[in-house]
Amino acid sequence: MTRSLVSRGLDLAGGGLLLAALLLPLTDTGRGMWVMDAGLPAGVMLLALIPFISAARRPQGSTARGPLVLVGALLGAVATIAALRTGAVAFGTAGPGFTLAGIAVMLAATRGITLVARLPEASAAARILPPAALGLTLLYAWEAGCIGFGVPPVLLPPPSAIGSAFVDGLPVLWADFIQTVWKGALRGYLIGCTAGILLGVAADRVAFLRRGLLPVANLMSAAPIVGIAPIMVMWFGFDWPSKAAVVVVTTLFPMLVNTLAGLSATTRQELDLMRSYGAGHLTTLIVARLPNALPFLFNGLKISATLALIAAIVAEFFGTPVVGMGFRISTEVARMNVDVVWATILVAALAGSGTYGLLSAIERRLTFWHPAMRGR
Amino acid sequence: MTDLGITLPGTGRRRLWRAAADRSANIVPVLTVAALVIAIWYLGAFILNSPQAIEQLNRQGIASPTTSQVLTEAFGQRRPVLPTPDQVLVEIVTSSTERPVGNVRNLLTHAIATAQSTLAGFVLGTILGMTLAIGMAALRPLERGVLPWIVASQTVPILAIAPMVVVVLGNLGFTGLLPKAVISMYLCFFPVAIGMTKGLRSADPLHMDLMHSYDASPLQVFLKLRLPTSLPYLFASLKVAIAAALVGAIVGELPTGGQAGLGTRLLAGSYYGQTTQIWAALIAASVLSALLVQAVALVERIAIGRSGGVR
Repeated sequence: MTRSLVSRGLDLAGGGLLLAALLLPLTDTGRGMWVMDAGLPAGVMLLALIPFISAARRPQGSTARGPLVLVGALLGAVATIAALRTGAVAFGTAGPGFTLAGIAVMLAATRGITLVARLPEASAAARILPPAALGLTLLYAWEAGCIGFGVPPVLLPPPSAIGSAFVDGLPVLWADFIQTVWKGALRGYLIGCTAGILLGVAADRVAFLRRGLLPVANLMSAAPIVGIAPIMVMWFGFDWPSKAAVVVVTTLFPMLVNTLAGLSATTRQELDLMRSYGAGHLTTLIVARLPNALPFLFNGLKISATLALIAAIVAEFFGTPVVGMGFRISTEVARMNVDVVWATILVAALAGSGTYGLLSAIERRLTFWHPAMRGR
Repeated sequence: MTDLGITLPGTGRRRLWRAAADRSANIVPVLTVAALVIAIWYLGAFILNSPQAIEQLNRQGIASPTTSQVLTEAFGQRRPVLPTPDQVLVEIVTSSTERPVGNVRNLLTHAIATAQSTLAGFVLGTILGMTLAIGMAALRPLERGVLPWIVASQTVPILAIAPMVVVVLGNLGFTGLLPKAVISMYLCFFPVAIGMTKGLRSADPLHMDLMHSYDASPLQVFLKLRLPTSLPYLFASLKVAIAAALVGAIVGELPTGGQAGLGTRLLAGSYYGQTTQIWAALIAASVLSALLVQAVALVERIAIGRSGGVR
């Protein structure tokens, strides 16, 4: 179980760079070594060396190597963030030591992710750790970069500022969420998707209707439907019904196209079998064709969910009551409260990922038989 | 529509005839549906505009107007709630021809401006998406870390923050085409990255074995097998991407008041209640979208023909 020197060196690289960073001044006005500017973070940084050394000493096949390198990267990240939090590194005063430590953490994280990703697919660590580690690395780079190098908050606020704006503005953000997502997007989504599926089933029954509708639906799927928002605001007023109307039109066509594609996914043999049972059109539809269409239906539902959220927010740019995510974004940008805008974006991202995850979970429960779902 | 996923037997000329026949079979139903849509449109215009029309007739001293009087009035409003198709058509023609292209009040000026930023964002997004896909195909371990975040990136409603992106970039001194192109790029790269990744993985195992028996290097396998195999997937994504890029460009135009673009036109129309102008801009955007998708389909036919693929 010998390992090449290069492989061991790569495991150690992050630790070596962290050690080098400790010997450099922490800030651009520092006194020569990291320890002089910030003692406690320097101690944490030294601790980070232990997992790196431990990883490099293990044999080739050891599964602990990747996680160990990641732990080292995490400790390095904690040390640099602590240096920011204690005020040792003021806004925009990052020195060579700080910069090198940041680079070391990111390199070590990359190495750790690569090692973990090579683990067998079955283990939970191999599935969850890489994306989680990458996300944390990005957050770290964002936070350390914004504060250390003094990026103007108007341009890009650090994640900590967005987090505190999110917590402080929770009641307001909640009201916006109810207005935009719960009232506008969800109601429009339910109506639009139901209409799309029903229209698809009807078009599937009547060949003439299908031949006429499909090209039109394809054309409309590509059309910039958000443009109807001003018209809907004129017709249905400023409150949520106009937003729901835009969402209905936005979600209808993708759902129709996917329903039609799904209903043609049943194989000849299955149809012949249904025929030999003496099943009519309706029975065949319910027993064989709709279940076969489920993967396509869920595909349409997922696409429509993201479209619905965006349509509801954008529609609010054309006129709203004084509540709603679109209203919040446009007013807070004008007032230069960019952290509140980002907090609203966080709400939207959470709503979007949550809906997507929920739909995926339901899909896994309902279409466990589909080839794409096997082996999960 | 170009591609309904129908693969027809036969070769060369006969297949072209078959495809043409297949397309013409759709003409009657499509025209019927279109006629139906226009009929509903006129009916809707009558229903929505008649209260306004009756009010105006009353003001002119006609206390109980006949249906035909209301009809003529409802279809000839200056600011209708819903303009009729012929009003929209007239608006499109006059606003495209009355003043020279380049004038702020010419519709074509705006359409060209939107098309420019759409194409710029589309090119940038395609390059980014293809780079990501090729990178993930070359370094398989990276894929597990990166792919979930590519998916997550799309849950950020970029369209919702498009105005902010444009305003912030404007404050930094980036004005004009670039901010809009950035938004289009963000929307574009996702379908391209996902589709291309899937395409690069869809090489037939038999073909892979053949390449192996030729002792082909990984680079040769990539260039001669994986890349050509991925083309149909790539182009399917490109059609989605260019439509998304157009939406991005239009929304990106909303905050840049007074500049050119179909989005500006929509917003101006909604401010001043110029419904006919809104509808004209909307139809122009839809036509532009259809043209762009068709252009991608044309490039696809040429590219896949060149790479020896079967259409």
